[in-house]
Amino acid sequence: MNPNLVRTLSRNGSRNWLGLISIVLGLFVWHLIARYAGLPNFILPSPLSVWTRFLKALGDGSLLYHTGITLLEIVLGLLAGAITATLVGYVLAKSRPLERVLSPYIVASQAIPIIAIAPLLIIWLGGGILSKVVICALIVFFPVLVNTIVGVRAVPTVLYDLMNSIHASRAQILWKVEVPASLPVFLGGLRVGATLSVIGAIVGELVDAEEGLGFLLQVGDFQYDTPMVFVAVFMLIVLALMLYGIVILLEKRFLKWQEKI
Amino acid sequence: MPTIPILTIRNLSAVFPNENGGLHALDNISFDVHPREFVCVLGPSGSGKTTLLRILAGLISPTSGSFMFGHGEPPSTGMVFQQANLMPWRTVIENIKLPLEVKQVTETDARLKAREMIELVGLQGFEDSLPRDLSGGMAQRVAIARALIHDPDLLLLDEPFGSLDAITRERMWNELSHIWQMRQKTVVMVTHSINESLFLADRVLVFTQRPGKVKLDLKVDLPRPRGDDIRYTPQFGKLARKLRSAIE
Repeated sequence: MNPNLVRTLSRNGSRNWLGLISIVLGLFVWHLIARYAGLPNFILPSPLSVWTRFLKALGDGSLLYHTGITLLEIVLGLLAGAITATLVGYVLAKSRPLERVLSPYIVASQAIPIIAIAPLLIIWLGGGILSKVVICALIVFFPVLVNTIVGVRAVPTVLYDLMNSIHASRAQILWKVEVPASLPVFLGGLRVGATLSVIGAIVGELVDAEEGLGFLLQVGDFQYDTPMVFVAVFMLIVLALMLYGIVILLEKRFLKWQEKI
Repeated sequence: MPTIPILTIRNLSAVFPNENGGLHALDNISFDVHPREFVCVLGPSGSGKTTLLRILAGLISPTSGSFMFGHGEPPSTGMVFQQANLMPWRTVIENIKLPLEVKQVTETDARLKAREMIELVGLQGFEDSLPRDLSGGMAQRVAIARALIHDPDLLLLDEPFGSLDAITRERMWNELSHIWQMRQKTVVMVTHSINESLFLADRVLVFTQRPGKVKLDLKVDLPRPRGDDIRYTPQFGKLARKLRSAIE
């Protein structure tokens, strides 16, 4: 086995141990503060009461239902945003005039805080899933778009020369050169997009929703059910980490050829 | 040497548009290449040597003039660039079989042929290595194998050893000349090294400073195979001096 790999693995191993200890320690400190700082439960619930609330919400099925709704919004929004951004990004990367024409709109669209237009989108598209999917897609769009453009532009011209010298077709150049060569930068954009997509869904749900983790968050807030708020926040963290992890897995699968330091 | 040329280049000129009326890279170039001939194009930087190769490879069109290969159809070419130009995400064998993939040869046949090429360039055991794990000389050998795998009519070499260190470069001369003798290819190679051209070529064309013109067409009648010692023979010295004085 490659000695470098062994070293990296063992280093990762010890890091994971430290991470675990750190989490346990953090929970313990939280517990101490909640118990001895004299704060009421609706200001700072103890880890134990959050855990109890989690089990209860899990038991009556509400947690899974609302998490599922949010996950659905995120996945649809992420897919819609990433696919449109990839297609538009590729076209813009290939056409400088088109990029010049469209870039003012793209940059302006980024200057608008998504929170500011979320209510507008909900007026237009209703309080259901669709408005959240669109908000999610909008927030995912930009990082994926920019990285697609950068990735495709960074394909070395010599590789085009090579492909042209062996009379490769347009499609062959796309699949054998442009896609693999721009993949590292593209996946970097997708990683950012994946984390942002969670924010997009929650922003939409907080403005107006009858279901989803954002709704749960708000209900918990109104009812001074702070442990419920904590449960919803933790579920969001889990979703964000999961999506991030999927992109990391994609990177591990497709970017094996890249030297990892 | 057969008398019928396989490649006929006539009055080839190339002008690239720029602010002051255009950059003349090539000016009225004409020469013939015979089958299985190894021709070196020698000249200072900016003498349009690379432009000539790019035209022959079909990457750019000449401004005027023409070149004809064999019976008129455009030649299939294999090109080796100044840098190895390997795809970093492909292993050695995957890089080598690329031209066959593009021609949609079946995977089994392509791999079989690629193994043959790996043997030819002496890279056995490195089939599944990634380019990042290869030395400069090894990478260039992969590039040569890739340029030859589809059995092209014409092998085009654009200063392929320019980025290698002196020792590796000389080793590559031996290997290239060995490969050329095995495969019997027509070769046009661009270089700025007099030694390199005399070591490898049957004929050396010296180009002038931009716009490139053929200044000297020198036959290299050194015996083959050419060993390292050939550089110290008086004949080699005489030819080298001729080439040196032709390059301004």
